[in-house]
Amino acid sequence: MSTIVPFGPQHPVLPEPIQLRLALDDERIVSVLPVVGYVHRGLEKLAEQKDFVQDSYLVERVCGICSFMHSMSYCMGIEEMMEITVPERANYLRVVWAELHRIHSHLLALGLLADAFGFENLFMQLWRTRERIMDAMEYTTGGRVMLNACCIGGVRRDINDEQKAFVLNQLKEAEAELKRLIPVMTDDYSVKKRLVGIGILDKAAAYAAGAVGPTARGSGHAMDHRTTGYIAYKNLDFEPVVETSCDSYARTLVRCREVYQSIDLVRQALDKMPDTEIKVAYKGKPCGEVAIRCEQPRGEVLYYLKGNGTDHLDRMRVRTPTFANIPALMTMLNGSQLADVGMIVLSVDPCISCTER
Amino acid sequence: MMTVNETITLEDQIAKIAALIPQGYRLVTMTSVDCGEHFDIYYHFDRNYELHNLKLELPKGTALPSISSVCPCAFVIENEMQDLFGITISGMELDFCKHFILNEDAPEKPFCRVPGVAVSTVEVKGEQK
Repeated sequence: MSTIVPFGPQHPVLPEPIQLRLALDDERIVSVLPVVGYVHRGLEKLAEQKDFVQDSYLVERVCGICSFMHSMSYCMGIEEMMEITVPERANYLRVVWAELHRIHSHLLALGLLADAFGFENLFMQLWRTRERIMDAMEYTTGGRVMLNACCIGGVRRDINDEQKAFVLNQLKEAEAELKRLIPVMTDDYSVKKRLVGIGILDKAAAYAAGAVGPTARGSGHAMDHRTTGYIAYKNLDFEPVVETSCDSYARTLVRCREVYQSIDLVRQALDKMPDTEIKVAYKGKPCGEVAIRCEQPRGEVLYYLKGNGTDHLDRMRVRTPTFANIPALMTMLNGSQLADVGMIVLSVDPCISCTER
Repeated sequence: MMTVNETITLEDQIAKIAALIPQGYRLVTMTSVDCGEHFDIYYHFDRNYELHNLKLELPKGTALPSISSVCPCAFVIENEMQDLFGITISGMELDFCKHFILNEDAPEKPFCRVPGVAVSTVEVKGEQK
């Protein structure tokens, strides 16, 4: 007979509420039941009450970590529906802020992971470096979390030469700091003991479970929606970061390497940014259906939008990456040891705010 | 704009979806839209970054067969849909019985439209665009 142990909704390694009901045979997990709904906000329904311009602010509140990417995905959907061509400079600026978000999201996740396995010094150092990125976002948009920089037809703010120099300097400093910190995360004996071979999700299981983002890429799938070339990614040079050991360590390595990749992408975008307008005016109301996807820090997000030619959308559906990664997490946990649950959960970088949109 | 690649029915739903899995399609998500007398159910699949969308028109009050037998990861999406739209989904591998997201004392099918009530525009007109 198995013992049921509730993991969460309040747990030291979980910054947000989710419960995993773990059925144990001794200390081995034999089945997992996810329990969500503690903080569900019904934002998809609220989006029908607000008009389509207000929704661009609303969707930014889906998540406090990838807020800009939510508004960007939504705006891309409306722009496709209304056949709005965004100026090239706006596309590059979107890349800059999206990649700054990815850097701070990954550093947040790596810091939380370090904190969870008891390496508090590493956690604090990673988050100190993350502050540089938050400062860069604040200096360019005025907001650290909610940038409100994306709008339908482009972006609301431009980056001048002084701001560009500030961002580049922050990236230079952050990169120098990370070159000391990341090797600790990837090479330290005690860190490896907690992550290597833990939470295995093999390649076929990852695909069948619908895993996305670093969770899929850590299992050998070169699945990165940025390679489709939306906004300005088509003009930037990068390859998806893939690891093949399929464990918590692989997922952590993917994030570590993607931080450097994102630093490079911001530099490329700032360097190649053309001198054009940053937004275009538009007329009319959205009508029709679109399904648009973007690559967020935790993976692919899908926005389904249905417009009816009025101010209000008939339906807005958001499939966030953490929601897609729940079945993958269950696969990883089955057969694992109770003591590894915290590491495995954090290796997925769950965002309950996204899940409970 | 989104392309509906195939329109499916309750009779051929499982067979059509089961045929996609060996071809390498991955279930991205499902979307339900309240259209008054019926729900539009969309199944979004992906292969090589191309979306393949299937549409099913489900009359209200009719149970929707679960696809979790062929796509095990669908159970989270189906349970969410069952909670928020009150659609009964039959044969789920893991059925939370309409309490995946909602509590026992929560309002039923909160995402459904209330018949005869249009979207209120009173609130939004007072706000800044």
